[in-house]
Amino acid sequence: MDILVVLEDNNGELHRMSKEAIVGAQKIGGSISALAIGKNAVHFADRIKDVDIKEVITVNHESVSSYNADGYATIVADIAKNESPKFIIAGHTYQTRDFMPRVSAKLDIPFIPDIIGIDDGKFFKQILNAKLNASMSSNSNQIILSFQSSTFNEELISKGECSYRNIEIDSDSSLTRSVSDEPFQEDSGDVDLEGADILVSVGRGIEKKENVHLAFELADLIGAEVSASRPVVDSEWIDSFRQVGSSGSNVSPKLYFSLGISGAIQHVVGMKGSKKILAINKDSDAPIFEIADYAVVGDVLEIIPKLIEALKSK
Amino acid sequence: MKIAVLIKQVPGSESRLPINSTSTWIEETSITYTMNPPDNYALEEALIIRDKLGSGEVVVISMGPERVQKVIREGLAKGADRGIFLKEDEPSMVDPLCVAKAISKAIEQEKFDLVFTGLQSDDMGMGQTGVLIGEILGMSTATLAVETEISEKTIKIKRELESGWFQWVSLPIPASVSIQSGLNVPRYPSLKGIMGAKKKEIKTVNIDESAVNSTCQKIEKIFVPQTSKQTEVIEGDVDTTVSKIIEILKIDTKVI
Repeated sequence: MDILVVLEDNNGELHRMSKEAIVGAQKIGGSISALAIGKNAVHFADRIKDVDIKEVITVNHESVSSYNADGYATIVADIAKNESPKFIIAGHTYQTRDFMPRVSAKLDIPFIPDIIGIDDGKFFKQILNAKLNASMSSNSNQIILSFQSSTFNEELISKGECSYRNIEIDSDSSLTRSVSDEPFQEDSGDVDLEGADILVSVGRGIEKKENVHLAFELADLIGAEVSASRPVVDSEWIDSFRQVGSSGSNVSPKLYFSLGISGAIQHVVGMKGSKKILAINKDSDAPIFEIADYAVVGDVLEIIPKLIEALKSK
Repeated sequence: MKIAVLIKQVPGSESRLPINSTSTWIEETSITYTMNPPDNYALEEALIIRDKLGSGEVVVISMGPERVQKVIREGLAKGADRGIFLKEDEPSMVDPLCVAKAISKAIEQEKFDLVFTGLQSDDMGMGQTGVLIGEILGMSTATLAVETEISEKTIKIKRELESGWFQWVSLPIPASVSIQSGLNVPRYPSLKGIMGAKKKEIKTVNIDESAVNSTCQKIEKIFVPQTSKQTEVIEGDVDTTVSKIIEILKIDTKVI
């Protein structure tokens, strides 16, 4: 085994970033095994049986039926000890951040997280709030890597055949120190941001709650859904289920129309997969402009009312 | 309850970040430093828990060169009881596992009930140190706490998951918990606090650097990101801008 990719269960579905992690592993190359843990393991193995990797390994045991950090860290570390992959790879998700450092400590190997690119033994990551990049390296025989969202395109996954193997574990449940309750959603709303073709997304540039209706009017006119950045949700101008970014939804619409969003990294990771990005911001140095296809330097509160007027008159 | 809060001193968000001559880090002399913002929330949560229990101790710990004592002093001014300065030779370690081994060794004998950290640092953004220390010292761990509930033998953590999901996790103490920003309102130091901080103890411990070896990850080079995207900049008066946006919506993105 050269590479072990750890898959993630995202409320019963295979996490999008797990598929991206497989693409990353295929890019590195070698004999790839994917590991599915928990009650949906066999389902996930079936989902990726046409992917060009060596095998899918499934592990299910009552101690890891649902995610818990103790169980996951133990299983991943045990398999890595037995099978000595050069790389252990996962998407840089909240779950990976929760248990993968413990795998790093158990195996005494480095974990280079949140990678945005790889090149011949060098791993690139953003540092200092994404203002600079760093290339990282390590001489360790084994390295753990996690890839930032959209570093690899899941649609570029190489197809082929893979085998299937189940590993029985006799896990001692006393190893599980923490007790996890079932995940819950605070307020779900019936908004499907991830499936939306067009998003009008609101940032602090909208200035106050009373102006938020502008985004909804514009969205109506162009058949879009409304989303928002974290500061706007924290200020309670917009419901939290509309939040895009590392703590909200990951979106990749045909058009992402951002209104007064500066483009902090926590937001950008959730929307940089958008096909086209049209951004309005007063500050010509706003980081959002670095990833925008169209950078409109101006005040959303002047532009949007006129745009709404113009669209209505058509 | 004996609570350790690990605080990192990082370049402020407004600071200039000139790259040094070897392109291995930024030019430290021209940087303004600040307390890593998520660590400020971790400190506040620790102070709230101590004050709620009416007993116990909050110890602020920072590792790095001499300058990091400033954030320890700031933590003491906000109400922490004492500080530990983990003195490190330059250049500072960047590998979180090597850092965690060094910190664990230095604080092991303190036998903390809780270790709090911010969810990640604004400089390297590794987001691992707290979990690593938990694993090394045999503590239970949880990340991204947005609410805590303390009792004698356990701490319950409301964890933030993705896409608006949450989960309650119950951790036996000792536990190491990483704190998400925004779960409380960090206090400012009072004048009395600032004066009092001068009398509080900061113990200096020299870091044992034997954990550092070639398997630790290191920075090869840092550089300014190159954007691969062709960005069309639209400037001008509002009417021109509006017609240009309509053209984009119609022709380029075909959404109207």
